[in-house]
Amino acid sequence: MIASRARRLVHFTGLVFTACLISHAARAEQGTLAAVKERGYVTCGASQGTVGFGVPDDQGNWQGLDVDTCRAVAAAVFGDKDKARFVPLSGQQRLTALQTGEVDILPRTTTWTLQRDANGINFTTPNFYDYTAFMVRKDTGVTEAHEMKGASVCVQTGSTTEVIFADVSRALDLDLRPVIFDSVQATRQAFFAGRCDALITDASALASVRASQTTSPDDYIIFPANDEIAALSPAVRHGDDQWFDIVKWSFQALIMAEQLGITQSNVEMMLKSRDPNILRFLGVDKGNGKALGLDEAWASNIIRQLGNYAEIYDRNVGNGSPLKIERGPNKLQRDGGLMLPLPFN
Amino acid sequence: MSNVTHIEAFVRREALAALPPPPGRDAALWKTLFSSVGNAAATLLIGGVLLAAIPQLMSWAVVHGVWNGDGDACRDAGACWAFLRAKYPMILFGIYPSAERWRPILVIAVILALTLWTLPRSHWTRTTVGLWIAGTLAVLVLMGGGIFGLTPVPTSAWGGLPITLLLTVLSVGLGFPFAVMLALGRQSTMPVPRYLSIGLIEITRGLPLLSILFIASILLPLMLPEGFTIDKLARALAALTVFSAAYIAEVLRGGLQGVPTGQGEAARALGLSWFQMTRLIILPQAIRKVIPPLTSTVVVVVKNTSLVLVVGLFDLLSSGRAALVDPLWPAPYTETYIMIAATYFVICFGISRYALRLERTMPNGSST
Repeated sequence: MIASRARRLVHFTGLVFTACLISHAARAEQGTLAAVKERGYVTCGASQGTVGFGVPDDQGNWQGLDVDTCRAVAAAVFGDKDKARFVPLSGQQRLTALQTGEVDILPRTTTWTLQRDANGINFTTPNFYDYTAFMVRKDTGVTEAHEMKGASVCVQTGSTTEVIFADVSRALDLDLRPVIFDSVQATRQAFFAGRCDALITDASALASVRASQTTSPDDYIIFPANDEIAALSPAVRHGDDQWFDIVKWSFQALIMAEQLGITQSNVEMMLKSRDPNILRFLGVDKGNGKALGLDEAWASNIIRQLGNYAEIYDRNVGNGSPLKIERGPNKLQRDGGLMLPLPFN
Repeated sequence: MSNVTHIEAFVRREALAALPPPPGRDAALWKTLFSSVGNAAATLLIGGVLLAAIPQLMSWAVVHGVWNGDGDACRDAGACWAFLRAKYPMILFGIYPSAERWRPILVIAVILALTLWTLPRSHWTRTTVGLWIAGTLAVLVLMGGGIFGLTPVPTSAWGGLPITLLLTVLSVGLGFPFAVMLALGRQSTMPVPRYLSIGLIEITRGLPLLSILFIASILLPLMLPEGFTIDKLARALAALTVFSAAYIAEVLRGGLQGVPTGQGEAARALGLSWFQMTRLIILPQAIRKVIPPLTSTVVVVVKNTSLVLVVGLFDLLSSGRAALVDPLWPAPYTETYIMIAATYFVICFGISRYALRLERTMPNGSST
């Protein structure tokens, strides 16, 4: 009796979710692009403060690599990078916010995984390749993951780090003890307060932690937890292929511009170039804009207002920023990295 | 007869010696601190620990404290007060556009002015209620803009102290009428309103606020049709309102039970309808009785608003934490939390002192 009631409850819940999915599909027909244009701005999910990726500055303006990725879409759609609004989201909230239409794009240091991809969202081109790393005090003498047997590790819950942590612990038979926190800050504070031997999170985040929160950065060492690279990708909802394409190619424009040598300062000059690839990219030779449902100048607008990927990387996380993260896997493919520009024709 | 002699055995025949007077409040401090060997030892021990801590604290806060300069000046130094100097607009106003910061300042001023206006009991009139409603609407317009030539600012950019104050005022203000209904419903003899009220109050009080916030901000949007989204701030506000309504309802129930049954019976005998009786006789007396505990509930609500951090709103606490991630500064958590704690303390201590004064000066009993 109770079992059948429980089953009925499960069925009912299933029905509710199906209803959600149906209404989901119904909305896709309107088209996100049309909705965004009508509204007058793109809405992007933002973090609650991740240095270099998305953080409000003293004037309340959002800054960061993820923020610029969103502004690129605004520049492509409206020709104005400032027609973007940011909704701060917590880690648990971010996927729901995208699925329910609260935001149009989720560029928020979100790792591309099968479970996420299959459950209602689509990942576009990764805008940053990261890897999971441990940070420990140098005086512990530990320099590699397999030397960490029995260590206690500060972990943030609700992140892919938590899964990787468990996998590493099991795969290397390390018997690591997790000390779990809900927020980034709490996790870091606990580490520096000595509540755990190591801190595990993305290498990029560790670089900023080491730069800002320690008085002596040289006392700490960062090493990879495993040999996997995480692709942090902006994501969109299932069911709107045109919007999916626009977000994907707005980012592609950034790395293609770097490949072609087009920068914020030389973009006007490049309009007079004789290279057909450049002319097609900048929309002098028409066709790409029409295919995406955008203005032909969409790509040149992005570069004019934001610069290419190298410029964006440098000012947000690279040498032009306090973080000074090496390009590493984020170099163009021709320079030995993973950023592969796709042809604009 | 035998009874009388039995009692007489307990009757004292002569006066007792007078007891020493109890120590006055302003009796010599050292007498209470060193009145016995045990007390003296405890005083010395605790005093010693405190004295040992003071040089440490002073060295951190004052001697090595950094009052001016940038992040580099704060490295390898004591307290980084310079951080608060540089970042206080961010902590107080969150990510509100900097060119428009006069608006949240005005909002704080309006809420402060309304609160001060409401303090004297002679101002507890219908006009004051009207002023609060008008003031709250003005505050919302001021924050949101979009009319009267004010630049529109989406709720996702609201932040800092105004969010904390607004959430408090709105969740108490909207929760109060709701709470009155729940409290009356719980007293009702009709089963449906009674069990509905009991269910709602007990479920809400039985759940942690955190889980209610998660339901409102993560589950609720999934259940709504696609494309139909409720503002994030509004969802958090709804959760806080339901929560404070349940607590206020319980406080009010105490007040309702304290009104003598004769009052209601007399009202009915005079021919008042149930609504008239409740509105004119019962509620005024009940609310009057519970104003001091209601004020304490407001203190709880003020502190509860800091939990909206988990649903991505930049209230005072999360604005402070967002300010902390700036890599140019060595993340002075302690200093920032001291500032935030001081702000909460000023608000909450003010309210609770006021509640204490009310308790002393409020006429007790059934006088209206």
